[in-house]
Amino acid sequence: MSKPRVAIFDFACCEGCQLQIVNLEEEILDLIHVVDVVEWREAMSEQSHDYDIAIVEGSITRHEDELRLEVIRSRCKILIALGACATIGGVNKMKNNFDLNDVKECVYGKDAKMPHLNTDMTKAVDEVVPVDAYIHGCPIDRKEFGTVIRALLLGKRPPVPDYPVCVECKAKENVCRYEYNEICLGPIIRAGCGARCPSSNFRCFGCRGYVDHPNVEAAKEVMDKYGLTVEDLKQKMILFGSKQGHTL
Amino acid sequence: MSANIQINVHHVTRLEGHGNIVVNIRNGTIEKCQWQVPEAPRFFEAMVRGRRWDDIQTIVSRICGICSITHSLASTKAVEDALGLQVTEQTDMLRILMHYSEQLQSHTLHVGYLVAPDLFGEKSVVPLVAKAPDAVKKIIKAHRIANQWSDLLAGRTTHPVTLTPGGMTKIPTAQELKDLQKTLKEIVPDLVAICEVVHSVADRMPAFERPTEYISLRQDNPPTYTFYHGGIVSSDGYGPVHIRDWESVANEYVSPQSTAKWCRWHRDSYAVGALARFNNNGHLLSPLGKKVADMFGLKKGCCNPFMNNVAQLAEAAHVVEVSIELIDKLLTKGLKDEKVKVTPRAGRGSGCVEAPRGILFHTYEFNKKGECIAANICIPTNQNHANIQKDFEKFVPEYMHLGEDGLRHGMEMLVRSYDPCISCSTHMLNVTFVK
Repeated sequence: MSKPRVAIFDFACCEGCQLQIVNLEEEILDLIHVVDVVEWREAMSEQSHDYDIAIVEGSITRHEDELRLEVIRSRCKILIALGACATIGGVNKMKNNFDLNDVKECVYGKDAKMPHLNTDMTKAVDEVVPVDAYIHGCPIDRKEFGTVIRALLLGKRPPVPDYPVCVECKAKENVCRYEYNEICLGPIIRAGCGARCPSSNFRCFGCRGYVDHPNVEAAKEVMDKYGLTVEDLKQKMILFGSKQGHTL
Repeated sequence: MSANIQINVHHVTRLEGHGNIVVNIRNGTIEKCQWQVPEAPRFFEAMVRGRRWDDIQTIVSRICGICSITHSLASTKAVEDALGLQVTEQTDMLRILMHYSEQLQSHTLHVGYLVAPDLFGEKSVVPLVAKAPDAVKKIIKAHRIANQWSDLLAGRTTHPVTLTPGGMTKIPTAQELKDLQKTLKEIVPDLVAICEVVHSVADRMPAFERPTEYISLRQDNPPTYTFYHGGIVSSDGYGPVHIRDWESVANEYVSPQSTAKWCRWHRDSYAVGALARFNNNGHLLSPLGKKVADMFGLKKGCCNPFMNNVAQLAEAAHVVEVSIELIDKLLTKGLKDEKVKVTPRAGRGSGCVEAPRGILFHTYEFNKKGECIAANICIPTNQNHANIQKDFEKFVPEYMHLGEDGLRHGMEMLVRSYDPCISCSTHMLNVTFVK
C-alpha cells in the first residue's frame, strides 16, 4: 500500500501550530515513515497538487484566500483544520468586533485604502469549506496531533473530548482560579489540553473553543458564587470566542 | 548569457510567512527587482483596543508562534511601564532565562532546519537525515532541549502562560533548575559539533557585502550581550535612544510592495537580528560564543547578510553558557514565591526586547480602568524588509551571471539568511523571474 500523501498549508496565523509539528522532534522521523509529506512551505521547497490529506492552519481573511482554500479542498480527500485560527477563527476574530474600515485606518493610517491592504471578516476554515477533522488549541497539543493523525490513518473518528477543561483541571488537583478572584473559562471550554494553563496558575482563556453544549446555567452560577457578572465573563470570552456562535 | 531572466517566486519556501521575489532582466538590463510581502494582515493593534491590561500578553503572543516568548516579554514590559510596576530581581532573572530558551529554539530551527539544506544542496532537512544523520540528530536534540527549557519556564513551548504584569504566575523548583543546568552542560559539545558541521559547508555562503546600518539593544550597566535590557543603538554611532522613543528610530512607512510596514533610520534601510547584535555588542559574547564567531572568521563590522546565520550560531552557544551561570545565581539566592498585586491606572508604556530575528518594540496606552485605548507594535522583520530590497538591488547585478536558477537560489538564500518571520510582520515571500 502506498503511503498517504500529506500537504500542509497556512493562512492568516502565527504558524505556531506548524511549529508544534516540528516540535514532535525525534517523533517526526517516525511520522515521515508512514506518510509522504509532499508540500510544506515552511519546512521544504517541494510543492505538489497531488495529496490525500490537507492540513490547514490559519483563518481566512481575504477573498483570494477563500479561493485558494476551495482549490485545496477540491484536491484532498481529508481536510484537517489545525489550531484555533483554523478551527474557530482564533484571536483573528476579534477584528470582527470592529468596523473593518476603522481597523484598517487604525493600523495603516492614511494608507489604509491601498488595495493590497484589504481585509474581510475573519472566518474559520469550516465557514468556507467542509472540514473532516479538528485539532483544537492555540497552539495545538503535539500529542493530540499524533493521536488525530493516527486515528485518521486507521480510518477511525479521532477522539476529541466533549467535556469542559474543569474535568481535567480537577483531576490535576489544581485550586480553582476563581478562588484567586480570576475569571477562568474552564467551565465552558472543550478539554483535551490537560488543563495546561490553570496548571501554570493561569486562567483558561478559551483557545480550544466551547464544548458542544456548554452548561450556561452552571457558568452563571459560578459567576454568582464569586460575586462576578456575566458581563465580566463575556469580556474574557472575546479573546478566542468572538463571533464564535455560543453566547451567554 | 543571462540577457533575459525572469524570476517569479510566489511564496518563498522554508520561511516563516509569505514573501515573493520578482526579477525581470531584459537584454541584460534589470527592469524589475522586488521583494514583495503579500501576507494577510491581521490588525493586532486595532484588535487589542478595549481589552484589559491583563489580557494584552495573551493576545499579542499570537502575533508569532516562533517568537511568542519575545512578544510576551515585550508586551508585559510595556504594560508594566504603563502601570508603573516594578519587578523583582528574581522575576527579571527568570524571564531572561525564559527568553534565552527561545533564542536557542529559534536559532536551532532556523540554521538547522531552514538554512542547512541550502548549504548541503538539498530542498529540505528530510534528505539530510540520510546525508548527515549524526548532525541532524544533534540539531533535533538541541531543539528538543530548548523546547523543554521553554516548557519549564513559560509553562509551555509556545505562547507562555507563566507571565503576568508585575511578576510570574509559576516559578520552577530548585531541583528543576538544577536538572535544566545539567542538561545545558551536556549539550555544549553537541552545539560545538553542529557548528563544525555548518563550518564544513560554510563556503557555500556567498561572499556578498553591502555597507549597512545595524540596529540593536545595547546594555552598558553592567555591560552585557543583551537581549532584554538597555537602549537602542546604531552601528553608525547613534544612540543609545530610550526605548520609549523607538518610533523615532523605526520611522515606519507603508510600501506598495508589502502588507508589512517598512522602516529606515539614517540610511535608506537598516538591519536587525543576530548580526546587528553581534556588530554592536560582539565583544561581550561568552567565551564559547566568541570561539564560534572566530571559527567562522566573523568579526565586528561584518556587512555580509549571510553571516547572520553564523552570528546565530555564536548566540546559540552564548545563551547556553550564560544560562548555566544564571541558574547558579538563582540557586544561590534561593527561589521565593512572590505575590503580585496590581492596581490599574491610566498611562502609556513601552517594552523592547530582542527577538531571535531582531529588535522588537511594543507600546500601549491604557485608560484609568486599565483598558487599552491605543497600541503600536513594530516587528523585527518589518525593520529588515527595506534592507532586503536594498540587498537585492546590489545582489542581482553582481550575481546575474549565475543565470536564472543560480540567481533565484541565491536570492532565496539571501532572504532566508535574515530569518524573516513574516507572520509577525504580517507574512510574505514569492520569487518571480520573467523571460
